[in-house]
Amino acid sequence: MTEDIQLISLLLTPLVGMLLLALAGRWPNVREAITLITAVVLFSESIQLAVDVLGGARPGLTLIEMLPGLTLRLAVEPLGAVFSVISSGLWIISTLYSIGYMRGNKEKKQTRFFVCFAGAIFAAQGIALAGNMLTLFMFYEAMTLITYPLVTHHGTDHARNSARTYLGVLLGTSIAFLLSGLLATWVIAGTLDFRQGGILAGHLGATGTALLLVLYMFGIGKAALMPFHRWLPAAMVAPTPVSALLHAVAVVKAGVFTIVKVIVYIFGTDNLMSLGSADWVPVIAGFSILSASIVALRADNLKRRLAYSTVSQLSYVTLAATLLAPISIVGAVLHIAAHALGKITLFFAAGSIYTAAHKTEVSQLDGIGRRMPWTMVAFSIGALSMIGLPPAAGFVSKWYILSAAISLEHWLAVGVLALSTLLNAGYFLPIVWRAFFREPPSDDDDHHDEHHAAHGEAPLLMVFAQTATASMTIGLFFYHEPVLRLARAVAGAF
Amino acid sequence: MLTQHFPALLVVVPLMAAPLIVFARRSLASWLIALLATAITFGIAASLLAQTLSEGTLVYAMGSWEAPLGIEYRIDAAGAFVAVIVAAMGLIVMPYSRVGIAAEVRSEEHYLYYALMMLCLAGLLGILVTGDAFNVFVFLEVSSLATYVLIAMGRDRRALVAAYQYLLMGTIGATLYVVGVGLLYLETGTLNLADMATRLVDVGDSRGVLAALAFITVGISLKIALFPLHLWLPNAYAYAPSPVSAFLAATATKVSIYVLMRYFFTIFGATEVFDARATGAILLGLSLAAMFIPAVVAIFQHDMKRLLAYSSVSQIGYITLGISLDSVEGLMASAMHLFNHALTKGGLFLVLGGVVLRCGGAGFDRLAGLGHTMPVAAFAMVVGGLSLIGVPGTAGFISKWYLVSAAMHEGQWWLVGAVLASSLLAVIYVWRFVEVAYFRAPPADHPAPGEAPLSMQLPALAMIAACVYFGIDATWSSEVSMRVAEVLMYNPGVGQ
Repeated sequence: MTEDIQLISLLLTPLVGMLLLALAGRWPNVREAITLITAVVLFSESIQLAVDVLGGARPGLTLIEMLPGLTLRLAVEPLGAVFSVISSGLWIISTLYSIGYMRGNKEKKQTRFFVCFAGAIFAAQGIALAGNMLTLFMFYEAMTLITYPLVTHHGTDHARNSARTYLGVLLGTSIAFLLSGLLATWVIAGTLDFRQGGILAGHLGATGTALLLVLYMFGIGKAALMPFHRWLPAAMVAPTPVSALLHAVAVVKAGVFTIVKVIVYIFGTDNLMSLGSADWVPVIAGFSILSASIVALRADNLKRRLAYSTVSQLSYVTLAATLLAPISIVGAVLHIAAHALGKITLFFAAGSIYTAAHKTEVSQLDGIGRRMPWTMVAFSIGALSMIGLPPAAGFVSKWYILSAAISLEHWLAVGVLALSTLLNAGYFLPIVWRAFFREPPSDDDDHHDEHHAAHGEAPLLMVFAQTATASMTIGLFFYHEPVLRLARAVAGAF
Repeated sequence: MLTQHFPALLVVVPLMAAPLIVFARRSLASWLIALLATAITFGIAASLLAQTLSEGTLVYAMGSWEAPLGIEYRIDAAGAFVAVIVAAMGLIVMPYSRVGIAAEVRSEEHYLYYALMMLCLAGLLGILVTGDAFNVFVFLEVSSLATYVLIAMGRDRRALVAAYQYLLMGTIGATLYVVGVGLLYLETGTLNLADMATRLVDVGDSRGVLAALAFITVGISLKIALFPLHLWLPNAYAYAPSPVSAFLAATATKVSIYVLMRYFFTIFGATEVFDARATGAILLGLSLAAMFIPAVVAIFQHDMKRLLAYSSVSQIGYITLGISLDSVEGLMASAMHLFNHALTKGGLFLVLGGVVLRCGGAGFDRLAGLGHTMPVAAFAMVVGGLSLIGVPGTAGFISKWYLVSAAMHEGQWWLVGAVLASSLLAVIYVWRFVEVAYFRAPPADHPAPGEAPLSMQLPALAMIAACVYFGIDATWSSEVSMRVAEVLMYNPGVGQ
């Protein structure tokens, strides 16, 4: 019974938060206090859940029978606990950051912003806790729709057109591919539950499984596997806190989370391994990793560069999951956590630069590290994590993925990982170098009014938020025991 | 016992309400009579559904004249299911009409509006309950004639042309139908549908039966607005008074679809229709064309009512697609979508009625900025739109789910792609509204209207809420749809 309440409250907390936020719209301070409190409450609930799951508990709860024989169901397993903790924990920090950002940039429609933000977290919790594929699909679609007003926040033609790409790709892939995959699974296996070892084993031959996997891999558009990645750079038109929490953490992680779930609990790694139906995915993922990195290398707009970096990093998870070895699954789960921390730090830094200096292009960042040391140090730590260097969390996950690739003698994956490390260094280190070692442009004052020219650090809340996530990026390098244990449980204990 | 007369009362109550309203004349009194009559009718329909679900087919001899001589009323779960949809829609539209027609119909004509609505309701329910082929024609004409006048009541002068267009096409449809019935009478010597079904088995392969099938299929398809026989529909929905658009969109075409299902599965029999003839293939082709072509046309509309009308033609394609699969699963999906689409489109037209009242039109130039001027209505339209797309959590998703699984059960994997691809077209036309409502500034002469009056808002929101409810808890609707499909498929009305 208490388990039921625990699960329900994880969904109800952000929902109640949304309602209160909408009601408190007139009083910004009250509104922001509500967001913070909701986030803290949610995080504590989610930590409690993760502790229980570490202790071996697997709570489950059927919400409603939607169709005869098919229910909306919540069920927690280790992967869901990881995603729940990441999304709710980073929500606290990004709320602090959002308050600074939205006020600092005098954004309009802040109430709608915070309500939809809470809605996106609600959907993320639903995805994390979903006990079968149908429930997951419902929250997955809900997340696309609730983030639409966030992407279009500025209401300009540019925002509208980008949001068309956003919605078109995400809804299009999920309806055309994911839904048909879902229905095919239902017709073939007679169930949509997530089970250790999968539900398709023995129901479908190698070709059929491969075709179904195509539907899932491309249907989960949120994982941004090429060629369905265009929505992610398009989403960058949103205010930076949205890019930071949603398009570096909640939404995209919902995508790769779903991919790992599907591989492990629908198809089953052993089943895929013996059929050989997933052999093509690492190739596509590898292609995504490299080509997105090359686009990032050429992008001058900072957020665009970060977005393509995300496309590339998401495919690390897809690649790791489809290597199908237990240790690669561990790497995939760890990378979900590590990339979340690193990328949110990078976006926070980008938003700080925009708020304090109104700069959006990489080429404008010469010498900015002297004026904004905190921001650029945080940025550098995030960059280290992306490249996969110690002492940042990205190293740990990359280590696991790489050892899996080597032990499987999957030389393509090894090559992709090595090359991508170089490419990552190629597009992140020059930014760091520019910021700290180049002279600031002297004719700055000609283009900017006095206020901008004399900028210093970003508002305190924003600096605090990015410092916190940067510290956590390093923290996860030294202490990742609980995540590792959860990841091992997903991989089926070894 | 009163309940044993329910099959007759289902028609008699609204039919008698019509002259009463004409006598009453006063707008308020007419409304009250109509409201009471629809409430009673709904109660009867609901009780008939419960009864047919538990006891099977109900047979009622009109005036106690037994079948071959008299007219027999015969209702089973399939008919009662559609009757509940029709009666429920009537009950929702009535409270809405009071304010809803005030701006669109002259006050001295209000009583005519209510009287005609009652006739229309009686006609539609009559089609569902009667067991006599010619009687179907009579009720078809009763409801159609009422509909022509109701459409002509629209404020826009183009309503007259729309009504005239529908009158012509509807009459052609009805004539074709009655020719078909005549041919069947020649072949079988009976007009009683149940007898006809039994005797047709003995007639066997005959040119007369083939001709009858052709006449009836085309005639009814005209009333269904099956592509490409849909030309009357967009204008009729666009220029009729708002409550009429909502009522028609949710009921009229649905009842005709029921008639088609009846003739295909109960009278001619699935073997005759689908195995011996190419009817299934033709229907499949037309359904696919309906799913795509009108959906593309909808994308290019500049008026929300027309957009929704073309969307209806497209959604009808889903229903006929289910029929063309010739399986219990397919029929079940059809029945399901019949119900879900009635909810969705009825709800959307009701919301739109309130918007038209406030904004003075349904053109996109009038609806610009609706998200700011009428936030509740705009949001309700979006939710209804999501149901048209078939987003999970809405009724439309459930339909899509069953339709796609029915196609999979038949091994028609390519149809899966077709159904889902056509939902993507729905995304585009629904998003045209979203962008107009949320990204365009309200027109300069906009009187800053505020939301629609409560009496319109509440029924509309109730429908939209039902759309969400039946998208999350679809156990009832899917169980009943399953029964409907089984009744149609395995229970050809013989030997009851």
